[in-house]
Amino acid sequence: MSDAKTTAGLFDCREAYVATLEALAHEDERIVAVVNDSVGSSKLGKFRSAFPDRMINVGIAEQAMVGVGAGLANGGKIPFVSGASCFLTGRALEQIKADVAYSQANVKLCGISSGIAYGELGPTHHSIEDLAWLRPMANLTVIVPSDPWETSEAIKAAAAFNGPVFIRISRMPVPALERANPTFTIGKAETLREGDDVAIIANGIMVHRALDAAQALAAEGISARVVNMSSLTPLDEQAILDAAATGAVVTVEEHSVKGGLGGAVAEVIATQAPCPMRILGFPGFLPTGSVEFLLERYGLTTDGIADAARGLLAKRAA
Amino acid sequence: MNRDNRAEADDLEARAAHVAERANWIRRSALKMIVEAQQGHPGGDLSSADILSALYFDVLNYDSQQPNAPDRDRFIMSKGHCTGAFYSVLAGAGFFPEEELSTYLKPLSRLNGHPSRTYLPGVETNTGPLGHGLPVAVGVAIAGQIDKADFRVFVLTGDGELQEGSCWEAAMTAGHRKLSNLTVIVDRNRLQQGAPTEDTVALEPLANKWNAFGFDVVEIDGHDPQALIQALSHQGPRPLCVIASTVKGKGVSYMENQAGWHHGCPSPAQYEQALKELAA
Repeated sequence: MSDAKTTAGLFDCREAYVATLEALAHEDERIVAVVNDSVGSSKLGKFRSAFPDRMINVGIAEQAMVGVGAGLANGGKIPFVSGASCFLTGRALEQIKADVAYSQANVKLCGISSGIAYGELGPTHHSIEDLAWLRPMANLTVIVPSDPWETSEAIKAAAAFNGPVFIRISRMPVPALERANPTFTIGKAETLREGDDVAIIANGIMVHRALDAAQALAAEGISARVVNMSSLTPLDEQAILDAAATGAVVTVEEHSVKGGLGGAVAEVIATQAPCPMRILGFPGFLPTGSVEFLLERYGLTTDGIADAARGLLAKRAA
Repeated sequence: MNRDNRAEADDLEARAAHVAERANWIRRSALKMIVEAQQGHPGGDLSSADILSALYFDVLNYDSQQPNAPDRDRFIMSKGHCTGAFYSVLAGAGFFPEEELSTYLKPLSRLNGHPSRTYLPGVETNTGPLGHGLPVAVGVAIAGQIDKADFRVFVLTGDGELQEGSCWEAAMTAGHRKLSNLTVIVDRNRLQQGAPTEDTVALEPLANKWNAFGFDVVEIDGHDPQALIQALSHQGPRPLCVIASTVKGKGVSYMENQAGWHHGCPSPAQYEQALKELAA
């Protein structure tokens, strides 16, 4: 297998989301969009022009938005419910639980501008708890795409899948990944680079940084495996066990260090294949700062990831 | 039951008598379930019995053997704790065998304390936490509006439940979109869990509130089957709110208007008395 690479250009995954949704909506009239006034931030203006009757704006009302989504599913529609991830998941958490997950409603929840995309707007607008809130919800598929291609594949897979799905969509520009064998399957992790000294498991906007970190480590003679764990639920446990076979695992996510990707990987490793781990993410409510400042401060950079891997290897050697 | 059969069937008086008779059966059945399970929510079961009877034994268009038929009328039980009455009416309507009512709240029964569509046919959405039914009903109604479908959507909410903000979020959308296929029924028994609604956080003037949100409002006696049939059969250009004045614990003298019977279980002697009162 040849290693995946990052490309030079930068892309906003929301563009891939809406382009795919529009294309699907032309083919399947059951597809509707539900928003909480977030037509602009969800980039759904063109969808509204193309399908005015299939754009349901409930106003600034997230609880109603998710409940209405469940009702539309009951009425035979395939609703894509979009809103800033912080409000969609936090404000409407009980509706996600009761109306969508527990009721097994065929609703697709799209958490836009997730993570710390809103930077200086601060912790009220950061969505670094969303995966911890949603991961324990039975019946709910949770996907964190890494780039435009995977975002598009995740939207297509969600539309084709009969059941509740949450898709975390960033607004932060990311490079497209060049993959040797691009295939997306819900519940399958993607090994982007083979390696046997250490494994880096990442998702979302951290994946390209993990690839760059592996490249930097390779220059030092460290062979790092890179796994894109875009499906958080269902979780590809075999991919985690394969990663643990390297003897050291670093997880990287644009999320709290509690309850997200690191937590999911730790649950598998602790019970089935104990090995040293580092969980990279955010420790709590974040101070004021730009996205780049905050990523730097908490080590969610190419250097930070490589340092974490080196640290684990040094501990193993000692 | 469907509208076509009804049109050629009985006159209003006979239909109302049937609804009343079935409502009394719902009350007896709910109390039996509660006594067998030694827990439940008798107050709300009894206040909503006539409304549920009018819906399932007269107004709603459904085929219990095809619970997911796309053209069915939807009924959403937003006051999900009143499962004694709700499961009884679903069984009475043929969604599952009446004998199964004896499994209420027993281990692994499909008859959980709050209804789940994943176990039980006839349940449209899982409720229990309050303020969830109306937003879901609005979503179904929008789907019907988009498809120009004939089905109607009914949702029964408690009155105390209207203190949840999500109800009014959804009401705003219903009024804005003129969802003429939507009917909200408020079980206005004036008691929430521990106290009168008006002493807790007042809902009045309730009719004005719904009207201000873009609904046609009808206020009726929620224990009068003729009034229920007529109100629930009405369909105008706007969404409809039927405020059904009810008595919590209706039909059992010692439970009527007693907040303490929101949940609980009658003693054997109390149960015997209740059955006598409901036999008439």
